[in-house]
Amino acid sequence: MTIISSCLLALCHAAAMSAGSAIPVTAPHIAYAPVLDEEPEQAPLSPTIPDDQAVASAIRALQPLGPTSALSDGEGGVRIGKIELFEGGKLLLTNGVATVEGSSGGGIARWGTIGGRQMPGGIGLSAHATAIELPDFSWRSYGVLLGVDDRLELSVSRADFDTRDVGTALGIGQGYTFNLDTFGAKLRLAGDLVYGESWLPQIAVGIEHKRSRDADLVRAIGAADDEGTDYTLSATKLLLARSVLVNATLRYTEANQLGLLGFGSAGEGYNLQFEGSLGYQLSRRAVIGAEYRTKPDILGLGEDDWLDLFAAYALTDHLTLTAAYVDLGSIATFPDQRGGFLSAQVAF
Amino acid sequence: MLIPAATAVLMVIQQAPAEGTDWDAEFGVETKQRDPVTGELPVDPYEQSNANAGAAPYDSAGLVRDFGGRDGIARIAGRTVDLAESDPRIAVIFESHDMVRLKRTLSEQFCYLLGAGCDYTGRDMRAAHDGMGVTKADMNALVENLQSAMREAGVPFAAQNRLLAKLAPMSRKIVER
Repeated sequence: MTIISSCLLALCHAAAMSAGSAIPVTAPHIAYAPVLDEEPEQAPLSPTIPDDQAVASAIRALQPLGPTSALSDGEGGVRIGKIELFEGGKLLLTNGVATVEGSSGGGIARWGTIGGRQMPGGIGLSAHATAIELPDFSWRSYGVLLGVDDRLELSVSRADFDTRDVGTALGIGQGYTFNLDTFGAKLRLAGDLVYGESWLPQIAVGIEHKRSRDADLVRAIGAADDEGTDYTLSATKLLLARSVLVNATLRYTEANQLGLLGFGSAGEGYNLQFEGSLGYQLSRRAVIGAEYRTKPDILGLGEDDWLDLFAAYALTDHLTLTAAYVDLGSIATFPDQRGGFLSAQVAF
Repeated sequence: MLIPAATAVLMVIQQAPAEGTDWDAEFGVETKQRDPVTGELPVDPYEQSNANAGAAPYDSAGLVRDFGGRDGIARIAGRTVDLAESDPRIAVIFESHDMVRLKRTLSEQFCYLLGAGCDYTGRDMRAAHDGMGVTKADMNALVENLQSAMREAGVPFAAQNRLLAKLAPMSRKIVER
């Protein structure tokens, strides 16, 4: 065999040399064309199939790859390397709904949940818009949130607080609107909202850095600063056996009315506050509940604790609507601010 | 010029393997035969115990009634497996899996956990899912399939969650990556 092959090689080489570059070498075609064109003399032997699993595997192996590519797995998400972008995968409502500060939570309380619908290894995005109507004030807020790997949540939100007629009464002008920017970050430390031991909640730490855009006014009211940072520790668990969601958050804060009225005062700074939530799951898509949030009264304007009764409904995998009755107590000396809260959140 | 020519020559002289080679034998592939009675593939021996079900059972006649008794539970388990098998997110996990056995053991597990009086004869959760590379997203997909099956069977949502409450803590033995 070796002898023949070296002979043939030599022949080919000689032929190629003599032919030169003018005539293309046709040897490769001559060599394998007959093999390809030849009709099989007998039907190809069908391999012995062990069982139906092998058939399924074989069918799968023979199927075209379809839309799968480096950028897509054919299921709607986008993949860059090993990171799934906007692939989703979370169970409905387990990303929470946007809070008034733009974090994932239950409306007025921050939860230990991570926003966005991404699973481990993925990146998710969500956006929200919230409106609160009170007897003397109107609240509008909107923001976006980036969820990374079910581990980290980064959020940015803006709140506009319209004083309507109260603006005139306070001497700051009809319809004066306070504006507050909140930059939030939350890191899941341990546990899982749904899975794992039922006694181990999802635990997360976070910060909320807030900047009032009414620096001169909030200082005039008595606030020590126009920007400040809240520190939070949250534990949240869905107790499936009772269909109940429980959340407890500790917040270390110096904010006056979330920061709309600045931070701290001449005599007082940081306070430890509590946010609690109880929810009951009516279905995969619907949850009702109540929340309570304690607030400091650093400015001495009679700032009250907040509470809400909420209902959230996941209209689709991506769109969640929240409606609530809120009792925000006294705001800027105007008491009994009870009203309606409406929020929409889209998440991927 | 030389290399294609040499390649061509080598293709001519290369010996094709004999027709009808039993490749399974060549590579030592073992073929498992399904049990003629149960239709299940054999598994390596293991110690059978209700403890393998992974949780203590409920003791509530009302809960069993909500699931439609043993028959209802068996139908829900079977339907869950069917839904999972046709769910593009997780179908691939079941491709080389004995679905006959899975339907039986899952049904036994649900029946045992709900206190409907069955014994669980399957393997424990870690052994049963070993090497499958299940992710949390896969778990969520299966939960959704189970929820669909229970919803179709008219199981009240609170009762659905009571079954999920028994299964959810098992995730750390099932999720591998």
